[in-house]
Amino acid sequence: MDKRFGRYGGQYVPEIVMPALQETEAAYEAAREDREFQSEFKHYLKTYAGRPTLLYEAKKLSEYYGRGKIFLKREDLLHTGAHKINNALGQALLAKRMGKTKIVAETGAGQHGVASATVAALFGMECIVFMGVEDMRRQKLNVFRMELLGAKVQGVESGTGTLKDATSEAIRYWATNIEDTYYLIGSCVGPHPYPTMVRDFQKCIGREIRAQCIKDYGRLPSYVIACVGGGSNAIGTFYEFLEEKRVKLIGVEAGGKSHTENAKTLSGRGRPGVLHGAYSYLLQTQEGQVIEAYSVSAGLDYPGVGPEHSFFRDEKFAFYDSVTDSEALEGFKRLSRLEGIVPAMESAHAIAYLDKLMPQAREDDFVVVCLSGRGDKDVAHVAEILNKQ
Amino acid sequence: MTRLENALAALKSKGRKALNIYITAGAPDVETSKRAILEAIKAGADIIEIGIPFSDPLADGPVIQASSSLALKNRMSPGKVLSIVKELRRSTQAPLIGMGYINSLMSYGYKYGLDYNGFERYVTEAKIAGMDGLIVPDVPHEESVQMRASAKRKGIHLIEFITPLTTPERMASTCKEANGFVYCVSNLGVTGVKELDFTQIGEVASKAREFTDTAMMVGFGIGSPEAAVKAAEKVDGVIVGSAVVKRLAEGKFDEAMSLIHSIRTALDSAYSA
Repeated sequence: MDKRFGRYGGQYVPEIVMPALQETEAAYEAAREDREFQSEFKHYLKTYAGRPTLLYEAKKLSEYYGRGKIFLKREDLLHTGAHKINNALGQALLAKRMGKTKIVAETGAGQHGVASATVAALFGMECIVFMGVEDMRRQKLNVFRMELLGAKVQGVESGTGTLKDATSEAIRYWATNIEDTYYLIGSCVGPHPYPTMVRDFQKCIGREIRAQCIKDYGRLPSYVIACVGGGSNAIGTFYEFLEEKRVKLIGVEAGGKSHTENAKTLSGRGRPGVLHGAYSYLLQTQEGQVIEAYSVSAGLDYPGVGPEHSFFRDEKFAFYDSVTDSEALEGFKRLSRLEGIVPAMESAHAIAYLDKLMPQAREDDFVVVCLSGRGDKDVAHVAEILNKQ
Repeated sequence: MTRLENALAALKSKGRKALNIYITAGAPDVETSKRAILEAIKAGADIIEIGIPFSDPLADGPVIQASSSLALKNRMSPGKVLSIVKELRRSTQAPLIGMGYINSLMSYGYKYGLDYNGFERYVTEAKIAGMDGLIVPDVPHEESVQMRASAKRKGIHLIEFITPLTTPERMASTCKEANGFVYCVSNLGVTGVKELDFTQIGEVASKAREFTDTAMMVGFGIGSPEAAVKAAEKVDGVIVGSAVVKRLAEGKFDEAMSLIHSIRTALDSAYSA
């Protein structure tokens, strides 16, 4: 396996982690080619997670824009409510195959933590989830869900008490307990082989979109849109269409408040650097100190991004843009009202991008939006924001 | 021979163990950190590791994480560390090694819009300032090809690591080009003081001797004279960080210095020829 995507990626980790990383790499390399592993993974995706997910034609949303056809890839209908379960299942099966008995994970909004706690319960493994204390306060319900599933949630107070610090702490824990512990990363970030592995476990999204478009409509989409934080749902959605020049791939990042500088890793403010093991676009000061990202959506406020997205950006395989908090909120409300679907705030960014795209779309354009998760977790937070306005 | 190699050879000829003290530049404040470096040398430190603070120090435990954030609040930077080194060189010839993370070193010079490798620029200026080596704990051997080339060109040691999990196959490549010293991580995990067994890393270091003649220093988890004596048994010296940094952070400057002194004394009475 290639350790890099162009110049991005690599393995920037302390020496103590290297043997475990090489062990994971070798195990994944073997599992990737192993039919039994792949069919077990598919089995759980189908019978436990609920794949394939629907490709739903959002007629009222299309009508609202008056042109083109908009489809939603319903990853929100998966077990645990987001695409995160695809990757968690794949990696937990790998951990089991490697003989590891414990899983350590990091989480921001709690979705990946919940997915990790879920697969740990399913496969009878111990699970410890690192979560920033600030995020624990904002996402109390998910903390309780993880505990209910038998996981231990460990608060992280260092730094700013959010995802980036939780990730550092999870890696530190891994370094200390490397012999029996598997590190289950939630996005296509981190050192090789994680970005490749997470992409592989998520690429069922794009593969299904292609099959569903061809079977039901006899054509490929004109645009495929997904939100990008670390970028796992986007990479899984895009990968299938990389060689299709006619399919335009659009990654939507958090724009934060319109005046904030702490957002838009790929589409504005970032420059390449090293965080959590990979060389990739990064929000940082001129002196190379990492800047905390800001977004209304807890799943998008990560200062880095998956290295493969950095490669896609430079090579123009995909186009990256951003929408602000308030635009995302409008998208959140609009999809709820028009289609009766409450999206996750992360996915609401991809929905909100339709405001920019649809006015330029052609009558016969097919637009597929990856609805990466459902919005139940965000309802209380959104109510708080709307009450303030 | 370099200043670091000379210092290590002099110690070895007397059968003494090297005492390597880590101090974060800029914590608890810039002046105290400078004073602590000079006083640590007087108290018996042979080599000083100057911590270059980074926002996300992956390989460090809570004590050094806290000192790094404090140092950043005090506006410490890779460039300012070089000014400190330059200043210290007026009063000491002890080897000074910078310890920092790749992202801030790679960014060196970025604000001036320079498009060449920031790391190369940093080692160039570090050499001029009088720094003897660099430790970059988040770059393993496999990723340091260009950095090793830059460091070699400029005459700065780039320190290699071994851990209790490093296999002989990896040692063959990581230790082959080792220079200055090899940083032997005593145990799994990150920097910080804990109850430890140092026999494992001693064995690993002995194994590494098959591949290199470079000095071996054990670090991570050494916070007392007893631990230092145990850790030094099969190697050339020890590295003490968190135990000193913690006392400095608590305002216990004299206690930090007497700890260094007592480690020095214990090492010398256990090992001097």
